[in-house]
Amino acid sequence: MKKNRQWKKWIPIYILGLPGILYLLINNYMPLYGLLIAFKDYNYSLGVWKSPFVGFQNFEYLFKTKDAWVITRNTIGYNLLFILLNTVIGVALAIFLNEVRKKVSKKIYQTAILLPYLMSMVVVSYLAYIFLGDRTGMINHLLTSLGLPPVKFYMTKTYWPLILTFVNEWRNIGYGTIIFLASIVGISESYYEAAELDGATKWQQIKLITVPLLKPTVIMLVTLSMGNIFRSDFGLFYQVPRNQGMLFSVTNTIDTYVYRALLQSGDISLSSAAAFYQSAVCFITIIIFNNIIKKYSKENALF
Amino acid sequence: MKGHKKFLALSHVVLIIVAICSIVPFWLLLAASFTDEAYAIKNGYAFWPKELSLAAYEYLMSQWQMFGRGYAITIIVTVIGVILCLTVTMSFGYMISREGLPGGKIFNYMVIFTMLFNGGLVATYINYTQNFHIKDTLFALIIPNLVTNAFYIFMTKNFFKGNIPEEIIEAARIDGCSEIGIFFQIVLKLSKPMVATLALLSGVMYWNDWQNGMYYLDDVNMFGIQNILNAINTNAQYLRMLGRGADMPTETVRMAAAAIGILPILLIYPFFQEYFVKGMTMGGVKE
Repeated sequence: MKKNRQWKKWIPIYILGLPGILYLLINNYMPLYGLLIAFKDYNYSLGVWKSPFVGFQNFEYLFKTKDAWVITRNTIGYNLLFILLNTVIGVALAIFLNEVRKKVSKKIYQTAILLPYLMSMVVVSYLAYIFLGDRTGMINHLLTSLGLPPVKFYMTKTYWPLILTFVNEWRNIGYGTIIFLASIVGISESYYEAAELDGATKWQQIKLITVPLLKPTVIMLVTLSMGNIFRSDFGLFYQVPRNQGMLFSVTNTIDTYVYRALLQSGDISLSSAAAFYQSAVCFITIIIFNNIIKKYSKENALF
Repeated sequence: MKGHKKFLALSHVVLIIVAICSIVPFWLLLAASFTDEAYAIKNGYAFWPKELSLAAYEYLMSQWQMFGRGYAITIIVTVIGVILCLTVTMSFGYMISREGLPGGKIFNYMVIFTMLFNGGLVATYINYTQNFHIKDTLFALIIPNLVTNAFYIFMTKNFFKGNIPEEIIEAARIDGCSEIGIFFQIVLKLSKPMVATLALLSGVMYWNDWQNGMYYLDDVNMFGIQNILNAINTNAQYLRMLGRGADMPTETVRMAAAAIGILPILLIYPFFQEYFVKGMTMGGVKE
């Protein structure tokens, strides 16, 4: 009887949480049954349940294409490169930013560096076009004025790994910087004061105090990103190359492939197989890297 | 000491270069939108356009119906989206922040699971189009993004745990306030920084969203500003379809449209920068 009353007192709290519970059920849990599509010959008019079961046929179909390898390679390759650069540049900029003691200049730098992060990828694609466009692009006009032949960037694969890397760093580095800065600010001044008394140079202080104390944050962030190594930034790979077919071999990732197969070429067998493949490998990598985080810092592990 | 000064100087040099690199493209976008089309094609875009022209903006004005509607849709979606996001995220966060809630752990894991595994685009798309029929409705622009980042739920949970003492809740209860009243009248009032941070983060996210429009909208009349920009970008014919002739400055019009699209963010962001920073540094932490 008493337990029952206890439970009743929580009812208003459950009511508060109800919209969130319903939302998670609709947005995150209901779609899970849609994963079955990967094992079916899906037909829109029959729906998920009634479409005929075909076993692993869609996966055979997917992995026989050259695309399966290309999108996996691109997704992992770019992610590894981005993780490395985000960490190195982010830590460096955070150390520099921490040196600036004047509040006004610090704020100005921080505001400027973070600005690109707030732009949609559509807008970023427009900004890139100012430089790379065929007719009005600044780089091509610079090349011509130097007597060099112009480059049709949106048709030339060679430059895209560099362009995408640059654009990614340009857009995201501000985010990395403020995360690392937050962790540097947390380092106690007394370490530096002691080092100062011992006559340590700035470089020694960075090498022997800042970097070692940043290590837990770096390990945590890298591990979190490694868990998501099979997920790519759809906007970056779709918008910035402006969906140009000639660039697909260096710009296509699992996410852009799934989108194009689903909504542009309408091949639902391929897209559902690729999407299932992504969900499955992602789940495995997240579990693996979450277990690694657990070893370093329990409170940062997801579970 | 000398080494310190050198290092400080180096820091300033590097940061100035990075800051300029971050801002220059936006300046170029503005400059490009005011450049004369023929001049831009002949000489390329420049830092300081020699032949100024308002033709691009005049064209946008002549198409004010499309751009005005796009703007209106984006504003409506952003406002409703932010309100719903705040309500759903914070009330759920409040529920799991309460000590001793029966089943609290289950709800916690319910959120964590969404971070570990998701159905992916195909399953989500089929669910929303076949079960909920959100194609070509405003729901398509609002619902799929409502709780995009499950970390926000934990962010609010931790905020409530750390900033709302049990005693206040207890005192309000003794005063005869209902649990729901406590949340809306007391807890939310004490959580203003949290509300501001979350509102800004989700506001920018809604303002910038083009993916849901691309997935779920076929009707161009439903396009918000980002989807109009996306359509202009990926479909060279899109502007021409609406325009009246070949005299339209296609290149600079794109730039003017993009400039108008980012204007609200450029205006708001510098004043609320601290909130963004706070939200982002808190956003990635579970406990």
